[in-house]
Amino acid sequence: MNENGQAIEGANGHAAVKLTRKDFQTDQEVRWCPGCGDYSILAQVQKVMPELGIPKEKIVFISGIGCSSRFPYYMNTYGFHTIHGRAPAFATGVKVANPDLQVWVITGDGDALSIGGNHFIHALRRNVDLKIILFNNRIYGLTKGQYSPTSELGKKNKSAPMGTIDYPINPLSMAFAAEATFVARSLDVDPKHLSTIVDRLAKHKGSGFLEVYQNCNIFNDGAFKLYSDREVKEDRMIPLEHGKPLVFGKNKDRGIRLNGVTPEVVTIGENGVTLDDILVHNEHAPEPNLSYILGRMQYPEFPVPMGVFRAVERPTYEEMLAGQISAAIQTKGAGDLEKLLNSGETWFIN
Amino acid sequence: MAVTTVEEPIMTKPQIEDLETVTIRFAGDSGDGMQVTGTQFTATSAIIGNDISTLPDFPAEIRAPAGSLPGVSGYQLNFSSRDIRTPGDEPNVLVAMNPAALKVNIKDLEAGGILVVNTDEFVENNLKKAGYAANPLEDGSLSGFRIFRLPLTSLTLKALEDSSMPFKQRERCKNFYALGLMYWLYDRPMEPTLKWIEEKFGAKPEVAEANVAALKAGYNYADTTEIFTVHYHVGRATIKPGKYRNITGNEATAIGFITASQLAGRPLFYGSYPITPASDILHELSKHKNFGVKTFQAEDEISAIGAAIGATFAGHLGLTGTSGPGIALKSEGIGLAVMTELPLVIIDVQRGGPSTGLPTKTEQADLLQAMFGRNSECPVGIVAPSTPANCFSMAIEAVRLATKYMAPVFFLSDGYLGNGSEPWEIQRFEDLPEMRVKFRTEPEGFLPYLRDEKTLARPWAIPGTPGLEHRIGGLEKQNITGNVSYDPENHDFMVRLRAEKIQRMQQDIPELDVFGAPHGRVLVLGWGSTYGAITTAVEQLREKGCSVSSAHLRYLNPFPKNLGYVLECFETVIIPELNLGQLALLVRAKFLVDAVSFTKVKGKPFKVAELVDKIREYL
Repeated sequence: MNENGQAIEGANGHAAVKLTRKDFQTDQEVRWCPGCGDYSILAQVQKVMPELGIPKEKIVFISGIGCSSRFPYYMNTYGFHTIHGRAPAFATGVKVANPDLQVWVITGDGDALSIGGNHFIHALRRNVDLKIILFNNRIYGLTKGQYSPTSELGKKNKSAPMGTIDYPINPLSMAFAAEATFVARSLDVDPKHLSTIVDRLAKHKGSGFLEVYQNCNIFNDGAFKLYSDREVKEDRMIPLEHGKPLVFGKNKDRGIRLNGVTPEVVTIGENGVTLDDILVHNEHAPEPNLSYILGRMQYPEFPVPMGVFRAVERPTYEEMLAGQISAAIQTKGAGDLEKLLNSGETWFIN
Repeated sequence: MAVTTVEEPIMTKPQIEDLETVTIRFAGDSGDGMQVTGTQFTATSAIIGNDISTLPDFPAEIRAPAGSLPGVSGYQLNFSSRDIRTPGDEPNVLVAMNPAALKVNIKDLEAGGILVVNTDEFVENNLKKAGYAANPLEDGSLSGFRIFRLPLTSLTLKALEDSSMPFKQRERCKNFYALGLMYWLYDRPMEPTLKWIEEKFGAKPEVAEANVAALKAGYNYADTTEIFTVHYHVGRATIKPGKYRNITGNEATAIGFITASQLAGRPLFYGSYPITPASDILHELSKHKNFGVKTFQAEDEISAIGAAIGATFAGHLGLTGTSGPGIALKSEGIGLAVMTELPLVIIDVQRGGPSTGLPTKTEQADLLQAMFGRNSECPVGIVAPSTPANCFSMAIEAVRLATKYMAPVFFLSDGYLGNGSEPWEIQRFEDLPEMRVKFRTEPEGFLPYLRDEKTLARPWAIPGTPGLEHRIGGLEKQNITGNVSYDPENHDFMVRLRAEKIQRMQQDIPELDVFGAPHGRVLVLGWGSTYGAITTAVEQLREKGCSVSSAHLRYLNPFPKNLGYVLECFETVIIPELNLGQLALLVRAKFLVDAVSFTKVKGKPFKVAELVDKIREYL
């Protein structure tokens, strides 16, 4: 409904409504540290929401624990701030109970990949229609500065004064391995890119995963600066666009070529390399192999890919469950309690 | 329980002798089909009007090495022409399909009891596996029993000579052969089992024919060879008129929750992770999708409860089920449901512990875990069924209380109840409580933690409802507004309020009934699955004029409001439990009663005789 309480019938079974960014803001004071990357993500999500045309009562934000997980308190939709790492499980219950809801999961690198690694994997593999945004700042912020599962090897911090000896995990590799049907990456300092990808995520049907590089200016300031800074980003990051060759650089003269199954950076026009040699991105490839290769590319050996790595369709968990329920009703008839209570061998005592 | 005496046969011509109560135990290798044999005998006995009670006892290993002691599977049933409440203390009859089954079970067989053994299996290798130095059939060690040595395997194979099934499959029919023998011995009709075989194996006529042939051959062998000189008749019990079916506790639990969901008018969502002995509830519920039941086999226990809470938030009846180790994992989730004041039912089919413990054996040692096993002050309602059939009613009660008070409620069953069975008088829908749930829909004046004056319940406002958008979570809430609050006064207030809300369930639960006189020397106070043994023990003693009564708690948090008064009416209170005194601890703390705690933790239920002996000490 809009501010005048009028609902307009729209596509996707939802009433098309005219809402503004303001409709999605709550009266709760936002309590992230000044300068935190979370503000940017909140702003972009609040910007995209009204454009989706979905009434806000049909939207649910579910989070775990951590700085990012305060997110639902700031969204004027339904929200559930649950327990550490388990948001995908709660979200699965909500979506299965009412598939008509649009369900978002807000999580962090510790929440999704450490304590909640198991739920993250299984929500993705079931293809529950959840929109998962992982705020990756490569550090534990709320508990004040311990290393996270995405912290770089050797990083010195509060719980590893001599540097971490944990090899980091790659969130995208995990998502591909877990059979996610939508996998993307964006970053807090590029609001335009971020809002485009959030919009894509919102419109994907199935388990969607978006990793957002998010700066923690208190405990891990500048974690992504080496490639996200305005002056260098064109040379150190590469945009993913479906059907287009993977080229990057200020002059768009560099690209990614596959040598066997190994990617390499090449310069177009040098050593006989032409645009035809450059790998063309295909987010709809049935197998995630190529996307996986792209997801492994890291700075400084490679430019860091940004955008949608994978977007494929297949039946969702909640659709298949609803299908089984309809099939059961069709073959057995709608549940008849008298019949159920009286099932099996029965006898009378007179 | 009536103890049966079996008289020595005096005539060679079979005669029929009347018995009041018989306890049979079928025991064999876990692959021998003893559970099927037991359940068939049970079903038939129920159908011909006996009162029955059963206790399956199977190993944790699916197929432990054949012939080994850990691989022994048993099924005990008690059937009677009078009202019975337990599967019987000591079997009067033991059917032992191999030496290991004999070794494990012979110590329980009553003196002079009937022992049927499959002699084909008493070969050197099997004797060794069972730890017998000498063949017990030949060394005189079984002379205190009435032993029937029968080559059941070869008799079965002989009966199936014409079957084209492979040897192994023919051999596996020997349990039906043994069942046939027992049907003759206790004068039961074969028809119910014949019908069952036809339904079960209809698609595999070969298998059906072989089982039918084995069953009939066993029956006819007993009838024509006159090995048993007497056969027995156990008459119809005087049971309350009505329509009955046999039901296990886990089935009654599943059906009870489906019924509750229909009464509440909300679809059931069951989040669960496979675990013994609770998995049968998941199996049963997953069969009933036509009731709109959504079963979710989660990746782990935490996800199971998380999804159930999510479903509840979205307006379903959220239910999660497990056993003790799973409860340990769900603790944080239960805390969240307490904090967010959402209705949720947590089934705990208790088993022997701690840790992995005795997965297939029964215990009542999760009471304090249910009561206190979470961080901070985290009160929940607790109900506990007393018999397999009572699981049905208590499932409905759990949902009624959870939805009315917007709070989590524990349903404390156990392995003995879950797997045990008894006849159940089928409930009529119109006799069940009215408990349709209402969601908040009116935006005017809505706040997430507004409270009902009587129950203190907050409104159930589900996503999808326009104008009620709100956020809940695990952080402390300001009362009424539901906003996050770290205010010390508010926290103190909310901690007390959550406790008070559970306490107020007391106004909605029935008072505690006393079985026997309302005053006297001894009160035996029990909870959960000990009901049958306690009531039978007390009944036996009362028949002898003893001043003893019993009371059985089906509501453990809060307690019924008259519990304190009931306790005061007796000189001594004895609390038998299959733990180290958990209810006793609560009762002592709450009522300052010097209750006698009588405990046993062997993975097995109380025997009536054990309770009788204990009670006598205080009479």
